[in-house]
Amino acid sequence: MELVEKLLSGNKRAAARLITLVENKDPKAFETLKEIYHKSGNAYVIGITGPPGAGKSTLTDKLVKVFRKRDKKVGIIAVDPTSPFTGGSILGDRVRMSDLNLDPGVFIRSMGARGHLGGLSESTQAAVKILDIYGCDYIFIETVGVGQSEVDIVKTCDTTIMVMVPGLGDDIQAIKAGIMEIGDVFAVNKADRDGAKRTAREINMMLDFSKSDWRPPVELVVAIDNKGIEELFEQVEKHKSYLEESGQKEVRRIENCKNEIVDLVQQKLMDMILDKSSKEEMINKLSKEVAARKTDPYSACKLVLEKLRTT
Amino acid sequence: MDRPIRVLVAKPGLDGHDRGAKVIARALRDAGMEVIYTGLRQTPEQIVSAAIQEDVNVVAMSILSGAHNTLLPKVVELLNAEGADDVLVVGGGVIPDDDIPFLKEKGIAEVFTPGTPTQVTIDYIRDNVANK
Ligand SMILES: Nc1nc2c(ncn2[C@@H]2O[C@H](COP(=O)(O)OP(=O)(O)OP(=O)(O)O)[C@@H](O)[C@H]2O)c(=O)[nH]1
Ligand SMILES: [Mg+2]
Repeated sequence: MELVEKLLSGNKRAAARLITLVENKDPKAFETLKEIYHKSGNAYVIGITGPPGAGKSTLTDKLVKVFRKRDKKVGIIAVDPTSPFTGGSILGDRVRMSDLNLDPGVFIRSMGARGHLGGLSESTQAAVKILDIYGCDYIFIETVGVGQSEVDIVKTCDTTIMVMVPGLGDDIQAIKAGIMEIGDVFAVNKADRDGAKRTAREINMMLDFSKSDWRPPVELVVAIDNKGIEELFEQVEKHKSYLEESGQKEVRRIENCKNEIVDLVQQKLMDMILDKSSKEEMINKLSKEVAARKTDPYSACKLVLEKLRTT
Repeated sequence: MDRPIRVLVAKPGLDGHDRGAKVIARALRDAGMEVIYTGLRQTPEQIVSAAIQEDVNVVAMSILSGAHNTLLPKVVELLNAEGADDVLVVGGGVIPDDDIPFLKEKGIAEVFTPGTPTQVTIDYIRDNVANK
């Protein structure tokens, strides 16, 4: 395939087009990925996540510039997992990354949820592979939110930066449960505002309970003024060295691959179960029977599984 | 639903208002399109670079500054130079009727003057993306 050769030679349009094809779930694109998958795995993947409006894009813009100063080729995937009911979306992360636009060593791609469940992390992971093979040394994935979608997406990362802002208060409590596993490095952005030190202290207190060998650092940053960015960069590099020297990078990547396989299987199973032609009809019929107490959900489940096995 | 039309909405030129661009961005989103919004004061080079990376079907530009006769053709020219001549380029904003034939000659597919209902723009994009 011509597209593959172009991608391997570092052609931007080829990378862009292949990402479009995986987003459109084009089976040919996945056939292509099968062929070239063995060439991926060289890029280091960094997740940037946190609440809406925390300054993730602004921070990504500044942090990427530090990597560019060291002449690293960078890919950025800006993911918006929110899925309005029209199916359309406005992807606005590029607004904060205008300067990177003309840098030939940076590739930025925006991705929306397109109304489907689960499919987004599949597309994101495929896009990571494409940018990896395209030749990026580092790939940043920006994603909003503190829900399951972002947990899924950061499962693909080597280092995840959790971006917080002063005065989250109760929000910190709310995301406490997931926060320890997700963040490898914490950035309290908008530290020009009141309460940044207090927020950092609260995060630090929670992290004191962390059992891992890696104690996530908490950095104060002011992304719009480019303050604290070099320090944040150093922390990312430290975490990278920790992963590499401890052997945890390999462990994490195996875990990520496992997650990816399980997700793919789950996705395909869902597609099979909700297959318009036969099974969905069966499920609809069973739902009525269960509601009318003619049968029970456990037996219904068994019937659907049997049907899956025989098709 | 699996393949929404991808549109880059850009605001070239030096003036500081992007209300028009935001209105059209929202209208296209509500019509089910995936809009990549790039913000104010974009140069043609920035617009084209973003259009290539985002692999959009359409570049829609809103322009008020009066520099449309240079900026819009420049975007088409740069897209063609990248081999991306399959991208549909449309313009909107304050553009005198007299300038429209010149812009079309330069490869801008359609120009929407103020007061054009957004539905007209949506329909135009739907119809013409398919033809490209
Ligand atoms: N005061 C202050 N404002 C900032 C800082 N960093 C970013 N902002 C502002 O915060 C707003 C949101 O910034 P973004 O970078 O778009 O935030 P985001 O987290 O990417 O937003 P979403 O992707 O929409 O969730 C913008 O108005 C920025 O200018 C900062 O360090 N201090
Ligand atoms: Mg953002």
